[in-house]
Amino acid sequence: MVTDANGRTVTLFVQCLVDALYPEVAESMVRVLEQIGLKVVCPVDQTCCGQAAFNTGYRRDAAVAARHFVEVFERAETVVCPSGSCVDMVRHHYRELFCDDPVWLERAERIGRRTFEFTQFLVDVIGRLDLGSRFAGRVTYHDSCHLLRGLGVKDQPRKLLEQVRGLTLVEMKDSDCCCGFGGTFSVKYPEISTAMVEQKVENILASGADTVTGCDMGCLMNIEGIVHRRGLPLRVLHIARILASQAKG
Amino acid sequence: MAHIQTEHYRRESRKALRDPVLQRALAGIQSRLGPATAASYRNLPEGPALRQVGHEIRRRAIENLDVLLEALSERVRQNGGQVFFARDAGEAVAYCLKVAKAHRVRLAVKGKSMVTEEIGLNEALAAAGIEAAETDLGEFIIQLAGEHPSHIIAPSIHKTRVEIGRLFSERLGIAYTDDPPQLTQAARKALREKFFAADMGISGCNLACAETGHITTLSNEGNIRMASTLPRVHIAFMGMERIVARLEDHDVLFRLLSRGAAAQSLAGYVSYVGGPALDAHADGPEAFHLVILDNGRSRILADPVFREMLCCVRCGACLNVCPVYGKIGGHAYGYPYSGPVGAVVTPLLVGINRAKDLCLGESLCGACRDACPVDINIPRMLLELRAKLAEGDSRWRVKPVGRVQKALFALWARLVRDRRLYEIALAGMHLGQRLLPLERGMVRWLPAPAAGWTRARNLRPVASRSFVRRWKKQHENA
Repeated sequence: MVTDANGRTVTLFVQCLVDALYPEVAESMVRVLEQIGLKVVCPVDQTCCGQAAFNTGYRRDAAVAARHFVEVFERAETVVCPSGSCVDMVRHHYRELFCDDPVWLERAERIGRRTFEFTQFLVDVIGRLDLGSRFAGRVTYHDSCHLLRGLGVKDQPRKLLEQVRGLTLVEMKDSDCCCGFGGTFSVKYPEISTAMVEQKVENILASGADTVTGCDMGCLMNIEGIVHRRGLPLRVLHIARILASQAKG
Repeated sequence: MAHIQTEHYRRESRKALRDPVLQRALAGIQSRLGPATAASYRNLPEGPALRQVGHEIRRRAIENLDVLLEALSERVRQNGGQVFFARDAGEAVAYCLKVAKAHRVRLAVKGKSMVTEEIGLNEALAAAGIEAAETDLGEFIIQLAGEHPSHIIAPSIHKTRVEIGRLFSERLGIAYTDDPPQLTQAARKALREKFFAADMGISGCNLACAETGHITTLSNEGNIRMASTLPRVHIAFMGMERIVARLEDHDVLFRLLSRGAAAQSLAGYVSYVGGPALDAHADGPEAFHLVILDNGRSRILADPVFREMLCCVRCGACLNVCPVYGKIGGHAYGYPYSGPVGAVVTPLLVGINRAKDLCLGESLCGACRDACPVDINIPRMLLELRAKLAEGDSRWRVKPVGRVQKALFALWARLVRDRRLYEIALAGMHLGQRLLPLERGMVRWLPAPAAGWTRARNLRPVASRSFVRRWKKQHENA
């Protein structure tokens, strides 16, 4: 049963990767949020949280993105994002970017507290587990590093998946082991990164799953990249796609 | 000084990735020790929060290092030992050679010690005609093989028992066997002879105690105890950060360290060494020397950003969970300290530019922090090192690296503050990607600097319309 979530407004923070490469993920997220009675708004000036620049060491460039983010989102009541690592960036690393700037620091911290990852928002803030979704398949869940270790989100996506009709959730070995994406690391150290994602895919296939899901397109893009190159029989889907799915199981 | 080969990180990583024996060994140790250590923290009577208590004890010790080291050296001298503060590897090695010469040492036995690897002690002793025999079983194996440790706690993890069987039959003159108990017995026999014949014992120090003047060693083979008590002279080496104030602090830290190192409640042998034999107590060597090594640690201490790294107790727990270490092993790091600890400590000790690949070649997954028995925030320091490499740093004498990358991020910074420009750039990429070869709808090849991605992976092309553009269009029309 779908109930109303008090007509509350949520503001979409799309994540640059989803915005440019996987727009269907954000569309799925909107469908899920609207379906449970939330009003969804999307600031059209948003660009990127700055994580890639920050992780590569370009803090001044990252701060440019961070200030833009704060300006775009600071009037929002609740911000929801389909990526754990972007939320971790906003919540925890903006502090490091603005450690010498008390005014921006305060503005960033204020918006950080109101910014949530999609599954974290659904389970911890709204308290909704059953979204009426249907999805046929054996699904395994990959724990993204920053979502798990930065935000402590581990059970929330699993709880949501368990409620999906037709879906069998299976655990892979070392689901919390990094997939080898690591932003620019994947491009600069391709051999190491590839060895890590090969291991991940091996564990996914060994679980007997036909679909792998997660809450971060960075990891999923990495996994999809190798799965597609090798033509492996595995679907790689962001969790929003599964939760928005209404296909008969 | 240890031979620094940090520049070869990429080459050595590739070599390691192609070595199936190493790959199996690394997967084996990580699957055994990683989860076991995590479970051992959960089973602590005080709960996993003891890691933060341990962190606090270490932090306090580091904040008061000058006072603690002064107190320690006073106590050691009172107890009849001698203390030498070595500014660098050269001074530490020279002091050891001087002591060895004064005592006419021909053969030394060694307990496992990373700091002696750091200063290249074995090579220096060999050059002076002194045999330094490693007595930790793993170290013994790799010394026979003429190699270097590949793991802080399990130095010979990269060798199989078949390789060890062959090595022992060649070098110890025994019949070939790959039976671990028989191999261990053969090593034990060879080592006993060394222990009884040695003139000098060399050890590291896990954590000294300032108030009592003891150094301590932890082992599971009892070898360090024999190396430090049987020979006439005992010389111990410690990095200047390896100290705490009080005896009680050892309780918390040794329980944490043993869990981090091998998922044990406590290591099999914990030895307190207080100095040489005296009239009042007959046990111990005739002479005891303690070498306290700086070798770049003062510079780390002076920088509040990296000071936390001195809290490290070198247990190796981070190696057992690091997915990068799990693929490339210890040798790729080109210096005795490998894995996440090596990725931070080594650049700080040998030069950030020189060891840049160590801190750039990590995925920032954060598993190391969860595994650390004293909760050191290694990812934070990796990010700090990267910031220095990106922008340059006069204090650490870092030259900026990656000019192309810098220009790209500068351009990116121009775009991210203006959605209109950003949208034009996305449209440009969408157009530009028409020139790229596709495979079943995905990009198969990318030019530099993104070429690394498509070595083994395809990439989803940029959508014809970004989500934000779609949203804007929909909601403007509505």
